[in-house]
Amino acid sequence: MNFANLFKIAVKALSNNKLRGFLTMLGIIIGVASVITMLAIGQGSKRSIQAEISEMGSNMIMIHPGGDRRGGVQLSADDMESLKLQDLEDIQTQTRFVTYVSPSVNSAGQAVYGANNTPTTIYGVNLDYLEIRRYRVGDGDSFSEQDIKTAAKVCLVGKTVVDELFPDGENPVGKIIRFGTIPFRIVGVLESKGYNSMGMDQDDLIIAPYTTVQKRILAITHLQEIICSALTEAYTDQAIDEISAILRENHRLKPSDEDDFSIRSQQEMASMLTSTTDMMTVLLAAVAGISLLVGGIGIMNIMYVSVTERTREIGLRMSIGAKGFDILAQFLIESILISVTGGLIGVLVGVGAAIAVNLIAAFPIYIQPWSVFLSFAVCTLTGVFFGWYPAQKAAMLDPIEALRYE
Amino acid sequence: MNTEKEIIRLENIRRDFHVGDETVHALRGVSFTIHEGEFVTIMGTSGSGKSTLLNTLGCLDSPTSGEYYLDGIPVRSMDKNQRATLRNRKIGFVFQNYNLLPKTTAVENVELPLMYNPSCSAAERRRRAIEALQAVGLGDRLQHRSNQMSGGQMQRVAIARALVNNPAVILADEATGNLDTRTSFEVLVLFQELHAAGRTIIFVTHNPEIAQYSSRNITLRDGHITGDTFNEHMLSAAEALARLPKPED
Ligand SMILES: Nc1ncnc2c1ncn2[C@@H]1O[C@H](COP(=O)(O)OP(=O)(O)OP(=O)(O)O)[C@@H](O)[C@H]1O
Ligand SMILES: [Mg+2]
Repeated sequence: MNFANLFKIAVKALSNNKLRGFLTMLGIIIGVASVITMLAIGQGSKRSIQAEISEMGSNMIMIHPGGDRRGGVQLSADDMESLKLQDLEDIQTQTRFVTYVSPSVNSAGQAVYGANNTPTTIYGVNLDYLEIRRYRVGDGDSFSEQDIKTAAKVCLVGKTVVDELFPDGENPVGKIIRFGTIPFRIVGVLESKGYNSMGMDQDDLIIAPYTTVQKRILAITHLQEIICSALTEAYTDQAIDEISAILRENHRLKPSDEDDFSIRSQQEMASMLTSTTDMMTVLLAAVAGISLLVGGIGIMNIMYVSVTERTREIGLRMSIGAKGFDILAQFLIESILISVTGGLIGVLVGVGAAIAVNLIAAFPIYIQPWSVFLSFAVCTLTGVFFGWYPAQKAAMLDPIEALRYE
Repeated sequence: MNTEKEIIRLENIRRDFHVGDETVHALRGVSFTIHEGEFVTIMGTSGSGKSTLLNTLGCLDSPTSGEYYLDGIPVRSMDKNQRATLRNRKIGFVFQNYNLLPKTTAVENVELPLMYNPSCSAAERRRRAIEALQAVGLGDRLQHRSNQMSGGQMQRVAIARALVNNPAVILADEATGNLDTRTSFEVLVLFQELHAAGRTIIFVTHNPEIAQYSSRNITLRDGHITGDTFNEHMLSAAEALARLPKPED
């Protein structure tokens, strides 16, 4: 028996009952469309979060003094001051998987220029910091290594600070502002980065040499944070291992001692934030998948009805030479046609709905090609799976009894 | 003696049905041979085993014992698929209730057996279906659907479908059972024409009158053959049809 003929027979049978075929298909259409729309929405929000996180910096690794704080144990002062300049230098010189390393000390306070003032935070860092956090200097220039050595009172300012202190559009470069009581000369203005995914204004800051902030503002010698960039995202874990080994050695920790520092990575933050959207995606897709299952059961139901209704036809076909396989194939092709056509329409509807969500609700979407292929494959399988038993039943009929069926 | 080719040869065919604890002997040792070009009617009371015999001849059913040769091929040892192919190539069925596919045109109904024959192309299929419909006098009804035709026309389509694969034998079970006298005779005329054209026909009927229009008559009773007579003076169904009172307009 050739398949072209079986295909013709199946198409003919379906076209004899278009409305029923369509209603059966509707289950599949809704199932596939919802799977695709849900995945598009889930993936869209995940991607937008990931994009925002990677805007925060490049493969960042953040080292804080004090061990893991999750235990809720009160930390001693020693613990809080465990990061030293020596650690920074050792990380700079001894690691293979870290590109940029910067210390960080910060202090919150008032920035003042003339009659204007604004609450902000000053970050004491080195020049790598700009690379790690992906800040770029717009007007003016960065401070120099020399400025760090001499603890010069120079700074870079973010756009928010500029807007507050220079509301008249004056050029801030070269102006002297005060942070607390300390005067700083503005050497450059940072390009705006906007808000990050946690709603923090990344332009509300002043950046100065860490030596300046340590000595003149905080009067400390330890570091509040060390921040570095892994070579690539893939090397993050190796970089963390290296850093951790260096710090444990520097801090003379015995193998039984717990870390007196904690290391977090941007990667980890990203997966933490995206895990909620992943969870949401899985839940939505599961609900959508169930509707696909219901659609499949609809196919099975209709195929059973169809086989029973057409018992005489099956008997006739057998009497004129159809083999069991021909009957099986005919009904299987019918159910696959329903599910695949439904799948095709479902994909179109799903993609359309996702685009509509994007346009109307301004929600980020991303349609993954594999989700389309997958739902297509699932549809075909649904057709085979749920069509199999009815088709099998048809193929097993005895021609004499089938012909006699009323 | 008949010098034509042997189309059917039954040797002591038995068919038992098991219903619960009881065994029904539908056929109790039936033997006969039918040669090419014969028009055989099979008669007998209800339950005498006519349909069972015809199902056996049509390779739809296998006998419990005995041997059956169709066109020289032993059928009993064949499996289901082989029998399906054999039906497709060698047998044409005509049923009492026509069994046409609903919502399907005459020509598509007639093409059906050829759909299950991969060696037959679509064009050839169409050509042969049209020829068969012309042969039964429905050359002008090719595109009529089953529900747009009278009983007699539907039975003609069914006969065309039985002819289209050029079978070794045409098997009809009560083919005129659902038709009025006049239409029955029209169908009978058609069968006689096919017989005249050299077809082998086996026709199961309740109606003793019909036996007069065939070339041979086999009578069954309780699964036995009780009579097998050759009809020297076959009546013409066409003449009988002409003698029937004209339908009132
Ligand atoms: N599938 C079956 N199962 C059990 N018994 C059967 C079956 N088919 C036929 N029989 C029995 O076999 C016997 C012959 O039946 P068959 O149908 O051949 O009779 P028939 O001569 O065609 O009768 P009718 O003229 O009423 O059509 C009957 O007694 C019937 O009950
Ligand atoms: Mg019968």
